[in-house]
Amino acid sequence: MISGRCAACKYLRRRCPSDCIFSPYFPSNVPQRFACVHRIYGASNVAKMLQQLPAHLRAEAANSLYYEAQSRTQDPVYGCVGVISLLHQQIHSVESQLAKTEAEIAVLNSLAQEPAAQIQENEVEATFNNFLLEQDIIASRRFSHSTYISSNFI
Amino acid sequence: MASSSSYNSPCAACKFLRRKCMPGCIFAPYFPPEEPQKFANVHKIFGASNVTKLLNELPPHQREDAVNSLAYEAEARVRDPVYGCVGAITFLQRQVQRLQKELDAANSDLIHYACSEIPTALPAPPGPSSIQSMAPRQRPIDHYDRIGMGNEGGYYEAPSFPTPYNLPWNDNLSGDNNAGGGSNM
Repeated sequence: MISGRCAACKYLRRRCPSDCIFSPYFPSNVPQRFACVHRIYGASNVAKMLQQLPAHLRAEAANSLYYEAQSRTQDPVYGCVGVISLLHQQIHSVESQLAKTEAEIAVLNSLAQEPAAQIQENEVEATFNNFLLEQDIIASRRFSHSTYISSNFI
Repeated sequence: MASSSSYNSPCAACKFLRRKCMPGCIFAPYFPPEEPQKFANVHKIFGASNVTKLLNELPPHQREDAVNSLAYEAEARVRDPVYGCVGAITFLQRQVQRLQKELDAANSDLIHYACSEIPTALPAPPGPSSIQSMAPRQRPIDHYDRIGMGNEGGYYEAPSFPTPYNLPWNDNLSGDNNAGGGSNM
């Protein structure tokens, strides 16, 4: 059938069979989706990857392939690995911020529990700095752990 | 048949493709013969000709990083044929969201303490950043804006692609490591 071809078969200029592997995931009204995926992976690689999966998982796979292909098109050097690096940086940054905020809360908490104590200003600052150091160590450990976990995806 | 260039053994790519590794082989600097699996994965997912095209479009000083990221993606896709390294991205995004919520709660607590009566002998908080939200609002890396991953509101968000990935760890945000993104063959 010439009419009703999926985006892949239109792109490849071929007949679209009734059991076309691409057709459910590359509709003709979104031509750039297949064009992008084809550019990065090639039609035969995409077909092989989809065929190796059970039917109910192919839509997810096609979506993730499109995501990765789009990332690679927009960032030819790092692709979506760059996104992963950025997320690691963000996690580290948030954990550091969180550690510092928790340290400040801990100091305020301890001061609030001893309102009448004669605490010298330099003693308070020393306590605060010690808390910060401890929390930085904890945050570094947390970051190493999260890096370990995400690196274990491969 | 042991084909080789004049003084080097063939690179992993040429060994895999069973061809002579010529001087100036585009793969040779990045696919050493000691790492055959690296090229095998990249070839399986992307194909040799696509990788050649990608590398030819890049200046030489960027090719090593490009190959390493392609190898990373290929290995992730081999391990998880459904989600590839998008699974890792989703996991990390959830982690950022969770941490952001914790930070917001901690900042609220801090403001609460700061507003209540406390002794005057209190060190000044270290700059305004202590009660601001975290760094993702100040993303310095320009190329993520190029790939349309801009975010006005705060932490990193997925790009505006329809990616409703249902991952096993969607509701388990305790830092559990589950690399299996629902793949099976």
